[in-house]
Amino acid sequence: MSESTAVHIRQCAKTFADGTRALAPVDLEIAGGETVVLLGPSGCGKTTLLRIIAGLETADAGGQVLFNAQDVTALPVEKRNVGMVFQSYALFPNMSVRENIAYGLRVRKHTRSQRAQRVAEMLSMMHINELADRAVSQLSGGQRQRVALARAIAVRPRVLLLDEPLTALDALLRERLRIEIDSLLRSLGITAIYVTHDQAEAMALADRIVVMSQGRIAQQGTPRDVYQNPQNPFVADFIGTVNRLRGTLTEHGVHAQGTLLPLGKGLTVSATKEVDLLFRPEDMRIVPAEEAQFIGTVSSAFYLGDRTRLLLAGIGDAPVMVEVSAREPIARGTEVGVSIDPQGLMMMPGTPS
Amino acid sequence: MSMQRRGWQFWAQLCFTLSVCAFLIVPVVLSALAGVTANFFIGLESGLTLRWIGEVWDLYAETMFLSLWIALACLGVTLLLGVPAAYVLAKQGGRFARLIEETLVLPIAVPGLAIALALILSYGEFRDFRASWGFILVGHVLYTLPFMVRAVLAVLASMDFNTLEEGAATLGAGFVYRLRTVVLPNARPGILAGSLMVVTLSIGEFNLTWMLHTPVTKTLPVGLADSYASMRLEVASAYTLVFFVMIVPLLLAMQWLSRSEKRLPRNHRPTLDTEHE
Amino acid sequence: MSHTPFLRLMPMLIPAGITFIAFFLLPMVKLAVVGATGDAGLAAYASILTTPRHWESLIATLILSISVTAVALMISTLAGLFLVRNLFPGREVLVAMLTFPLAFPGVVIGFLVILLGGRQGLVGEISQALTGDKVVFAYSMTGLFIGYLYFSIPRVILTIMAAAEKLDPALEEAARSLGASTWRVLVDVILPALKPGLIASGAICFATSMGAFGTAFTLATQIDVLPMTIYTEFTLNANIAGAATLSIVLGLVTWLALFVARSLSGATVAASG
Repeated sequence: MSESTAVHIRQCAKTFADGTRALAPVDLEIAGGETVVLLGPSGCGKTTLLRIIAGLETADAGGQVLFNAQDVTALPVEKRNVGMVFQSYALFPNMSVRENIAYGLRVRKHTRSQRAQRVAEMLSMMHINELADRAVSQLSGGQRQRVALARAIAVRPRVLLLDEPLTALDALLRERLRIEIDSLLRSLGITAIYVTHDQAEAMALADRIVVMSQGRIAQQGTPRDVYQNPQNPFVADFIGTVNRLRGTLTEHGVHAQGTLLPLGKGLTVSATKEVDLLFRPEDMRIVPAEEAQFIGTVSSAFYLGDRTRLLLAGIGDAPVMVEVSAREPIARGTEVGVSIDPQGLMMMPGTPS
Repeated sequence: MSMQRRGWQFWAQLCFTLSVCAFLIVPVVLSALAGVTANFFIGLESGLTLRWIGEVWDLYAETMFLSLWIALACLGVTLLLGVPAAYVLAKQGGRFARLIEETLVLPIAVPGLAIALALILSYGEFRDFRASWGFILVGHVLYTLPFMVRAVLAVLASMDFNTLEEGAATLGAGFVYRLRTVVLPNARPGILAGSLMVVTLSIGEFNLTWMLHTPVTKTLPVGLADSYASMRLEVASAYTLVFFVMIVPLLLAMQWLSRSEKRLPRNHRPTLDTEHE
Repeated sequence: MSHTPFLRLMPMLIPAGITFIAFFLLPMVKLAVVGATGDAGLAAYASILTTPRHWESLIATLILSISVTAVALMISTLAGLFLVRNLFPGREVLVAMLTFPLAFPGVVIGFLVILLGGRQGLVGEISQALTGDKVVFAYSMTGLFIGYLYFSIPRVILTIMAAAEKLDPALEEAARSLGASTWRVLVDVILPALKPGLIASGAICFATSMGAFGTAFTLATQIDVLPMTIYTEFTLNANIAGAATLSIVLGLVTWLALFVARSLSGATVAASG
């Protein structure tokens, strides 16, 4: 793979013929060799953005897509030299595995021996040598996925685009292929843009996650950054699980449910205001009642093997979720005291009740 | 779908179905027998003969050739008109495409007699055209085109060819290349089904053709009607037998196609990779 | 791909479009105009109500088509359900034979009816041998009814079998687990699932019967069904305006039947034959 390609997206918006706005004007810079995951719920515009980069959709007037310094906005998809993996794989049913992988090379008029060599490379890279002469209809979902990847990579694309490539697979296979894709992307050093609605997938694969919501970028950053410092309630809710309590922020700390919580992270406060306190289940600990910040009643307990998830009633309006190590069983109806790790306490401007 | 205990209901239904089947098949067998029986009045004991077939050949061979010729021409025209139209309709989708499709299939909703009258009133005065087989061809194309469009449309709709085409495009294939290597090969079962349908319908078409034909442009079904009205029963039967012989392979091919489609959706095809060297 | 704009695709639609407009739409308009410009003017369209011969032939055709449709639906549902729900040796052959006459033209079917119920027909022979009376029905409405039934059954059976094959067996099992009898399962589960197919194929059956010409033509020229009336007006009476108006009315009736069926069943419906 030669020099990897940086992708610059400038003011790309998409309004469909019926007037619906799929994408507000979006700017995004993707460095060469970087793996960026576009993450969001369905309808957030992530696939539209990917298709604009591919050239399968045209951005509204004013939008620009650049590969390195080259403006590819007006370039049709077949001239962009991208590799794309579709959610449905889009393998050609009239061709064998080998022919599918060779297709892009045939289009590029590579000689027969060049094609044979490259196809052989791809087959062994994806560990599917024995499938070479199978018909597409004889492949399992995971095998199809490997062929689709091989086909997309075979042409040495400038950018690899993956549209929910694992969504159609069952959980176990998804996990395995995720690891394979990850090491593949690392070894190729190719610029990759990966669309998914699965946050676990995003966290595992991404150099950088771009969280999208309602046609806009809600936040972008490393997986750690996005998980630990969500900048708005949407991101906090969408990535991981959060508990939410209403509170009042003063110079002493945050008052919530009659408890004063100390401020972490060197925050200073100039004026009293209403806030939402957000904290994740794993940032809470069960403590003796006298040390507890809150006391709640266990309303449900889910034993998950490695840990137990408790729902506590009586703390906020909604049950508070706590994760504890699974050693001892905790019965429903038990009163427990909990405290929040100050490092895990996040604050957002209060939502009106 | 149980193979086990079969009560009286099974046997009653089987008898019923068998009698429906007899109703459909017995007349065909009768007709075939009558066509090779020396004297139908006397019955089979009068002996079997090919004499009637020979007579039919002498009298009506031209109608068979004309029908075959028109059917092939009709196939050519419907392929040229129908396949691109179906592709556009499948690709475009939406209300506009639905409307066009609705309009295109109108000729099968309107009785052939009415269409034939309309054609005669509009183009009857172009004498040479009126007297040519082309006039019949026009009628057949109108009537069969919807079947071609529908058959291709159905296959395209069932395979998400849009994503396949996108896949090909991301790999660098231009419009014509995509059509040639991805769309058309995958639409082949539909094109084949449509073609069989068009040829079968064209060979058997009577409603339009009876009005559109002239004494010099008689097709097989027109000849059949003629023989039913004026020939002895054995000749008419022999002629019908010839018609069955022409059309039965087509019907069998259609049944075979629809069954193999059901069983093996898009199976092995011969390799493509060596094709363009 | 939204990348290919409609304008670029449009040329591929043009050949079919031109053919269709030149040889179907314009001629049909001409037909309607000719119908209205006879001696009677627009009133020609009322003639179908005022001319007893036309009126009677319309009614006769409607009654014939409706009864053929009803009987064909009943026979085909019984046979079609049986074939889908039972596996037995020879089933495939039976299905093939039942759908075989699908593309027989009307004239041929007329001839087959003559072989069954004509003056030298099988039924006549048998009845004569049994009772001494020769039963001849081919050259009447009965003959036409039998003929139309003949070409309707294969079409309807095909549609019903297709619909029945898609039926989710879990629905029937659910109904049975809730204690439903065979009869209740049929009424509550199977027939409702078949309804779109029944409506669609019923409409095809009706429309085809309304417009069929070949069978009536072969059986006898004196059976007054609408297509025969049109044919007689045009060729024997040279009443071109009258034939045109009747054709338009006939076309409207068949189109309407298919259109209504389509909106009711949501399925694609088309007549043929």
